[in-house]
Amino acid sequence: MTALLVALGAMVGAPLRFACAHYLDHPFPRGTLLVNVAGSFVLGLCSALSLSGSQLALVGTGFCGALTTYSAFSVQTMMLGPRSGAAYATLTVVLALIAVTAGFALGAQA
Amino acid sequence: MTTPAPSARLLLAVAAGGAVGALLRWCLGQVVPDGDGFPWTTFAINVLGSFALAAIPGLVAVGRHPALAVALGPGLLGGFTTLSAYAEQARALVDEGAVALAGAYVVGTLAACLLAVLLGGRLAPVAARRDFNAHEGNE
Repeated sequence: MTALLVALGAMVGAPLRFACAHYLDHPFPRGTLLVNVAGSFVLGLCSALSLSGSQLALVGTGFCGALTTYSAFSVQTMMLGPRSGAAYATLTVVLALIAVTAGFALGAQA
Repeated sequence: MTTPAPSARLLLAVAAGGAVGALLRWCLGQVVPDGDGFPWTTFAINVLGSFALAAIPGLVAVGRHPALAVALGPGLLGGFTTLSAYAEQARALVDEGAVALAGAYVVGTLAACLLAVLLGGRLAPVAARRDFNAHEGNE
């Protein structure tokens, strides 16, 4: 049952990431940046709300896990070259950390 | 200039691959949970996935079938690797007061994944990598 929910969440998250990247990734990977930051925000929220079991499997592990990606992020960083790559990597990591903290803070107030 | 919408066929390929990738990530987390301290399981997943994404353009079949390229790249490996769990784990470590460990995890994952891309890319010719990127394999 848990496995099914992980798969279901991913079946929404992964194509949503692909669509955002399809429209926004050229010439700079803004779409992938956007989904990585948004997914981090939602997972921070889930964590503060203490989601567990089937809810965490569906929204956290499945949806947020598949909406965000480290593989595309690292390949894109290398493809951008030293200057743009460093900017993209820094932007992604810093914004994702701010987003997860903001999501957690918002959830903690609820 | 408007970008044409992605085809339903490609979106389905990404969804199917993404489901398998997320299930693999979940299974690994069940077998070897991240637990306290350095999140080694998620670290390994992200490094392995980054290596594989850089290497798969070298597979002949991937070059021939755009749907396979997106099923494996944005699908399987995109669903397998995760940046949200990485960010949340770093936040939780800082919350516990393990700031240095959080910093090591954030920087260590990034450095290891970039190195993995460098090594993985050696398995794929430059032209194949360019085609794979044009087929949106890196999204």
